[in-house]
Amino acid sequence: MSIALTGEQSHATAGPVVQEAYYEDVVRAFIIAAMFWGVAAFLVGVVIALQLAFPVLNLDLEWTTFGRLRPLHTSAAIFAFGGSALIGSSLYVVQRTCRAPLFGGPELAWFVFFGYQLFIVLAATGYLLGITQGKEYAEPEWYVDLWLTIVWVVYLVVFAGTLFKRREPHIYVANWFYLAFIITIAMLHIVNNLTVPVSFVGTKSYVAWAGVQDAMIQWWYGHNAVGFFLTAGFLGMMYYFIPKRAGRPIYSYRLSIVHFWALIFLYIWAGPHHLHYTALPDWTQTLGMVFSVILWMPSWGGMINGIMTLSGAWDKLRTDPGLRFSVTAVAFYGMSTFEGPVMSIKAVNALSHYTDWTIGHVHSGALGWVAFISFGMIYYLVPVLWRKKEVWSQALIEWHYWIATLGIVLYITAMWVSGIMQGLMWRAYDEFGFLQYSFVETVAAMHPYYVIRALGGVLFLTGALIMVYNLYRTVKSGVPEQAALPAAAAAAE
Amino acid sequence: MKLSHAIIEKNVLLLAVLSLITVSIGGLVQIVPLFTIETTIERVEGMRPYTPLELAGRNIYIREGCYTCHSQQVRTFRDEVERYGHYSLAAESMYDHPFQWGSKRTGPDLARVGGKYSNDWHVAHMINPRALVPESIMPGYPFLARKALRFDDMGAHLKANRAVGVPYTDEQIEQAVLDVRLQAGALPDGDTEALLARYPKAVLGDFDGDPNFVSEMDALVAYLQVLGTLVDFSNLNPEDLKQ
Repeated sequence: MSIALTGEQSHATAGPVVQEAYYEDVVRAFIIAAMFWGVAAFLVGVVIALQLAFPVLNLDLEWTTFGRLRPLHTSAAIFAFGGSALIGSSLYVVQRTCRAPLFGGPELAWFVFFGYQLFIVLAATGYLLGITQGKEYAEPEWYVDLWLTIVWVVYLVVFAGTLFKRREPHIYVANWFYLAFIITIAMLHIVNNLTVPVSFVGTKSYVAWAGVQDAMIQWWYGHNAVGFFLTAGFLGMMYYFIPKRAGRPIYSYRLSIVHFWALIFLYIWAGPHHLHYTALPDWTQTLGMVFSVILWMPSWGGMINGIMTLSGAWDKLRTDPGLRFSVTAVAFYGMSTFEGPVMSIKAVNALSHYTDWTIGHVHSGALGWVAFISFGMIYYLVPVLWRKKEVWSQALIEWHYWIATLGIVLYITAMWVSGIMQGLMWRAYDEFGFLQYSFVETVAAMHPYYVIRALGGVLFLTGALIMVYNLYRTVKSGVPEQAALPAAAAAAE
Repeated sequence: MKLSHAIIEKNVLLLAVLSLITVSIGGLVQIVPLFTIETTIERVEGMRPYTPLELAGRNIYIREGCYTCHSQQVRTFRDEVERYGHYSLAAESMYDHPFQWGSKRTGPDLARVGGKYSNDWHVAHMINPRALVPESIMPGYPFLARKALRFDDMGAHLKANRAVGVPYTDEQIEQAVLDVRLQAGALPDGDTEALLARYPKAVLGDFDGDPNFVSEMDALVAYLQVLGTLVDFSNLNPEDLKQ
């Protein structure tokens, strides 16, 4: 059983349907923003990786220490790069699969674009100035949170409104994931960020929750920033762009239904695995562990659905490096979603928690899955949006692919070694029954791995710069699209 | 199966509502009981809200992103208890808005750092960590000693904390600015007895060595010196710690 790939294909020959133009300017703007923020996020990542290897690079100034730059890196990667890629691609996909232009017209869509970019700038400048809530991945203060809430509601209106006025009977599976991502992020954002400002003309606020409850709510939010921002949203991307690029229908319609409901039901329970052996009550920790392990199944269901879509088109992996990015992303997704459940088991977590293993795990997901699936999407969309036949240089995509892959491998292997080593050193006892290592001895032992990790980051950044150059040349001097335009693309002119 | 799911696939509102219900369940089950089960926060003696100076120091700790490298949560393992002290209790962060348990130990855990080092050590270490610990990779924070602490609005900070549930009294809110000066040693003839009555176990002193100047360093060291010291573990019944 398969579902129609995309709306416009199945109806391209359906006769004299009057088609309104799709709004693509705002999608173009989001794609450019995604590339800009991507490079910025990778660059700051390299800087803070080097700071850990060479602390003199902190400069001992207020605005340049690791503590202030690290939230800048994580927010730039997740919300600026990932968010722009997600919102941009969702606004593209929802129009094509609904055969309807965006609800609310260009005005609302541009409000979402500029509103979201303003959110990023407000958050980022705040971090450098020391304005932060001190909750991981939810650092922006109350006024930035309020602004994001408004932008997010408008985004929901645009997206859901477009679904309402669709000319397709069915809502395509990619849109289920995008919709669940938008709704769940709204819920998480509002609950986790409830605060009381000290003054309405000041930046500081105190969050409504305290201690153990705040810890639970924070990781309910934090793990589902992973689950819904970095997973469900990007799965929406997978469900549109892989079949589109491979020219094959989704492998299994039934599997996508099971995948969707199981994933969104189970993910939300996984938060407490960030709090094993802490002051969080045992029953909550156990629930978090059990659901995290179960979560392995729908995750791999999604991976199978994505990769097996290549059935009958495996040869394209050799000839289409853009598609190779997307498929490798799904493979990294499979690896990360196996590693995650393993690390959520309490006995493993006892070793891995607080170490670089967690950082390595996050980056195999963030670089391997989130960034690679976005690169695949961008390599597909830029020629489509700018009416070019293809990307300027396939060879440069190859270079980007291999340099970035090598960068990820260096990164995650260095973090596996340093993380496991540090975990073992912390708990090592000497023959007399004393702790064998002082804390700072474990810090010193990390140095070579921090250098290797930074090198991996430099490679990943280099790959991204190659992409930006390649796509710049595509837009500037790529071969224009041939006369045989798809109907919908023609309508969008 | 396909027939039934087609109904959801054709109705945006149904899809949205069912998705919202599906993603709400886990959070409700895990979060709500933490507010209703009374043993979630252990009943121990000694916990009190932060003094205004400690609270100001905590805000600097948050501002500088110390939580990105330091945890404040000792887990229930032999090696952690030997390295850092008694494992952390939920009660010890009951007045923490937000919690600062952290998720990474690039540096050591700080849940029980209070009283382990002298004030002088902290100040020197903060100005240049490698002067004391050559292998350290911590950034230096020399600017904290130069910057004057802003504390004219500490009353408003205490009020905001009271609004989210921290039991500050009217007296504590009224005396907030005075209490900052008292604790930092800027009022040599001040009534420190009254401060200690309001905040038992508060560590008094001129933390950074300059009594006429209340710096951000004073506040941060005051905060570090109180961490993990409030609960009296000497006369604690293990039964009381069951959650």
